[in-house]
Amino acid sequence: MSVVVWIVEGTWPACVDAARAHTSADADVALLHVTPADVPGAAHGAFAGLLGRGHRERDPGTRLEHLAAASAQDLLRSAADRLGRPCTRTERTGRVEREVVAAAEGRDLLILARDGDRTHLGPHSLGPASRFVVDHAPCPVLLVWPEASPGLSTMPPPPPRP
Amino acid sequence: MNTQLAETLSAVLLVLVLVCAVVRPFGWPEAVVAVPAAGLLIATGAIPLDDALDEVERLGPVVGFLAAVLVLAQLCDDEGLFQACGAWMARTAAGRPRRLLALVFMAASAITAVLSLDATVVLLTPVVFATAARLGARPRPHVYACTHLSNTASLLLPVSNLTNLLAFTASGLSFTRFAALMVLPWVAAIAVEYVVFRRFFASDLDAGAQAPVDAEPPRLPMFALVTVACTLAGFVLTSVVGVDPAWAALGGALTLAVRGLLRRRTTPRALLAATSVPFLAFVLALGVVVQAVVDNGLDEALGHLVPEGSGLLELLALAGLAAVLANVINNLPAVLVLLPLTAPSGPGAVLAVLLGVNIGPNLTYAGSLATLLWRRIVHAHEGEVELKEFTRLGVYAVPASLGAAVLALWGSLAVIGGG
Repeated sequence: MSVVVWIVEGTWPACVDAARAHTSADADVALLHVTPADVPGAAHGAFAGLLGRGHRERDPGTRLEHLAAASAQDLLRSAADRLGRPCTRTERTGRVEREVVAAAEGRDLLILARDGDRTHLGPHSLGPASRFVVDHAPCPVLLVWPEASPGLSTMPPPPPRP
Repeated sequence: MNTQLAETLSAVLLVLVLVCAVVRPFGWPEAVVAVPAAGLLIATGAIPLDDALDEVERLGPVVGFLAAVLVLAQLCDDEGLFQACGAWMARTAAGRPRRLLALVFMAASAITAVLSLDATVVLLTPVVFATAARLGARPRPHVYACTHLSNTASLLLPVSNLTNLLAFTASGLSFTRFAALMVLPWVAAIAVEYVVFRRFFASDLDAGAQAPVDAEPPRLPMFALVTVACTLAGFVLTSVVGVDPAWAALGGALTLAVRGLLRRRTTPRALLAATSVPFLAFVLALGVVVQAVVDNGLDEALGHLVPEGSGLLELLALAGLAAVLANVINNLPAVLVLLPLTAPSGPGAVLAVLLGVNIGPNLTYAGSLATLLWRRIVHAHEGEVELKEFTRLGVYAVPASLGAAVLALWGSLAVIGGG
């Protein structure tokens, strides 16, 4: 069984725990982290907006690219430690949701966490990126709550009968 | 040279200077193209030598002031001020991304106001990214906050932004009156921006943070903090006694420079690099080129577009025009073009232009459409520029914060007066 676990800041431990609980010990697990390209891009852009400042080596976007790479490696190492099984680590950069969908191609399972408003049951518990991934994933998806799910009482009332 | 030819030549050279400033062919400093362009305009008579010298004389103290602040910011970084700021934010945020965002707003606003937007973009942004990563929080809202606040929070003091320094000399205001008039617009614009960020990045902020909080209290670089505080007090004091506040900036920079040299934390070479001499030459040359364009007909062409007076509607129109121009060219040439046209209407009009050129760049990715287009052509990295996301944030934030800032400026002018 080939499984991709999408590792995202803030919500990843629940995904790793789900991988341990719901896949066999010999499953081929890939931990995936995607660095959003627009974050260093915004810093590159802000520096380019400082017209005439020169010194391209001062461009903070480049430093952010290095920091992002280091931070992604740290995150994947922590996730691998928590998983405690052999796994592969994959780091990608780009449009996050599209990279995750592409990485899920040909896999047997994709594990991700809800990352929207998690105080209520309902569609808002999926943020825009995870909504896109759930809608477009080319394989089965295991969608977990990062913490205990809110109770059924948080579900909105049914629509009034016509 | 006839007027038509002079206008064409100066306009073509301005475009060339701007394009080269963005593209930087062969990695040349921007001044390599800008200075000969200014020289050519003087040699051909498109701008009389005396007018060009007047412009250089007007801009000289401004760029000197800026150089001192750039050095001061770099030396504060050498002293560990920005690292301490990151450690303080990490500790105070206590693993909560929403609190971290509030702290980033405070730190970026204060640093931009006192040490200029360059410091926030170049020195603070990587620290903020590292802080978010250390907390295990998603970095996007916090990094975007730095890029936005480097513009929005640069309204407060004449030293916060090069555009302010240019407007400061044109407005005839004292340092303290400038700050007094801009404090309300500054607060209003930042507050609106904060509300927009909280909503826009709700799901990133809701995701939480995983890493354990570092309980180690940050070590404060007291010498740097006290020097910056004394420099700020120096700005007020010099303004009151009628001395150019640039001397206070020079005093602060020299204090830290002597200490840095004695402690071998910096070198004369690093200090010279921090002053960015080619950048200062670029500003002077750009000023001459823009002056030539304005004198040769742009003032007449734009003259009827620029509203006169300082009523609320005129202020809104001026800020809007400035914001559009800052997005089409860049805020630096935009302010050079608009200042001679608005200065006769008084400080209120000049400050409205500043609101536009300082907040406006948040609308497009890199502070101007021209810069953006060139970046896309030169660095066509797939996926590097997520233009849609950044522009969507700008569309929510810029009109609201600009509107609030203009309203606040109008109120300040009514209470304090622009005289």
